[in-house]
Amino acid sequence: MLDHEPTASLVRVASLEKVYSTRDKGNVHALHDIQLDVPDGELITIVGPSGCGKSTLLKILAGILEKSSGVVEIAGRPIDGPSRDLGVVFQAPVLLPWRTVLDNVLVPAEIQQLDMTASRERAQALLRMVGLGAFEEKYPGELSGGMQQRVAICRALINKPAFLLMDEPFGALDAMTRETMNLELMRIWEDQAATILLVTHSIPEAVFLADRVVVMSPRPGRIAEIITVDLPRPRRMEVFNTPEFGQFVTRIRRHFDSTMEID
Amino acid sequence: MAHAVEKSAATVAEPTAEPASHRSDRSWKENRYLPLALLFVLLVAWEGLVVLLDVPKIVVPRPSAVAVALWDGFASGLFLPHIMVTLWEIVAGFVIGASVGIALGITIGLSAFMERLIYPYVIAFQTLPKVAIAPIMVIWFGYGMTSKIIITATIAFFPLLANTIVGLRSAPKDQIDMLKACTATDWQIFRMARLPQALPYIFVGLDVAAVLSVIGAIVGEFVGAKAGLGYLILQMNFNFNMAGVFAILIILSLIGVGLHVLVVAVQRRVLFWSDAHADVVVA
Repeated sequence: MLDHEPTASLVRVASLEKVYSTRDKGNVHALHDIQLDVPDGELITIVGPSGCGKSTLLKILAGILEKSSGVVEIAGRPIDGPSRDLGVVFQAPVLLPWRTVLDNVLVPAEIQQLDMTASRERAQALLRMVGLGAFEEKYPGELSGGMQQRVAICRALINKPAFLLMDEPFGALDAMTRETMNLELMRIWEDQAATILLVTHSIPEAVFLADRVVVMSPRPGRIAEIITVDLPRPRRMEVFNTPEFGQFVTRIRRHFDSTMEID
Repeated sequence: MAHAVEKSAATVAEPTAEPASHRSDRSWKENRYLPLALLFVLLVAWEGLVVLLDVPKIVVPRPSAVAVALWDGFASGLFLPHIMVTLWEIVAGFVIGASVGIALGITIGLSAFMERLIYPYVIAFQTLPKVAIAPIMVIWFGYGMTSKIIITATIAFFPLLANTIVGLRSAPKDQIDMLKACTATDWQIFRMARLPQALPYIFVGLDVAAVLSVIGAIVGEFVGAKAGLGYLILQMNFNFNMAGVFAILIILSLIGVGLHVLVVAVQRRVLFWSDAHADVVVA
């Protein structure tokens, strides 16, 4: 689908700036001098307090928000709008309540007019993978929050995107469900061979999932540090208790302790 | 009342502190036929008062006389043609007004330009009491059904226009963002999110318009008509046939209730996914 060298960056962000003009507060500098390269197949997480522009960065990458200046490329092509190579998972599941679980997963396939027979089979396989095989014909209202978010992940994967963007996908879930979903996401990542960029405000989650953690700081939103997490894979829940894991968490937390509480 | 006895008997075996009399007291209050019982009591009281106080029947008819008038009206075949005329005016006016309202609502709801161009006049039109244009409609379109259908349509039009516009804007931003991120076109966003989101509002509009349609047809017939239930009310009024007027009022309210039930039944099927009922924008 993508014609780039396997070693090349899938995503390239250089000198990215974003300035919002608001009516009451004048111009708000949301992103300043963002430099980021994401190699193909990497799982990268972005962590930072509220107002650090992490969601803004994700929306620009998703093509639903315009940048002010700078370079944003995916597979060597500049982003000038939403792309078929992308899958996006939002903070809320955002399922359409009048469609069944299966039909919700098929929304991108319908929009992009993909082969529906093949897509239907893929949707069913994805739902089975996240343990919702028996829920195809249910409506979103009949599902728990964790199940709904799993449907949203299946929906983002239906068109085999090269790049999966996730904006605090597990923020609304309880701690137990969240841990399960983290493990599931790692399994999906290994299974689908996708490149994933995940925004979170949980430092342990950021460390647990990532190959690299991008630490952002606010006003204006900029990258404070990029930390390579070399904890061995596959990672299990036990990783949380190792001293190495603790060191990564402490190192990231230091960025925020001096400035402000992380939300 | 056997039901109540059963319940109070059951409380004897239960070690709860609540006295049995209290329990049975509550259970008869929950009886679903209570409103009907109230109606029966009121009718009996009404009948009794009219007889006791010797109220002239040209002022207030006895309920029994109304029942007789209702029966006679159907048995003699007097009512049916008039019912058909009024029902046709209501349904045709409702369908035309609602369709135009939805179509214009979609046009305005999807285009800020169209809204700026048209909406001020739509509001101005709404502030105009439609009853006041009824005489003009009768002059323009005659004493037949056409003038009544047009009056009904103008009344049914606005609730659908307003509710469609608001409904189309009610789609949550994150739903639209999600579809946009999937490379959806404006038309796909309309079809997959905006229109389904607007449906609960449109159904509220249909419900309001259905009830208003009855008013439209009757007002039209009051102004000038050759047939219809409104025409029949005027005729009976002139003849001091109060029982007959009351009988027709019952028919009219049944038509209104019937339309409401029909709209709600369709709504239940279409909006199976929506538990929250949209607020009434225009009542």
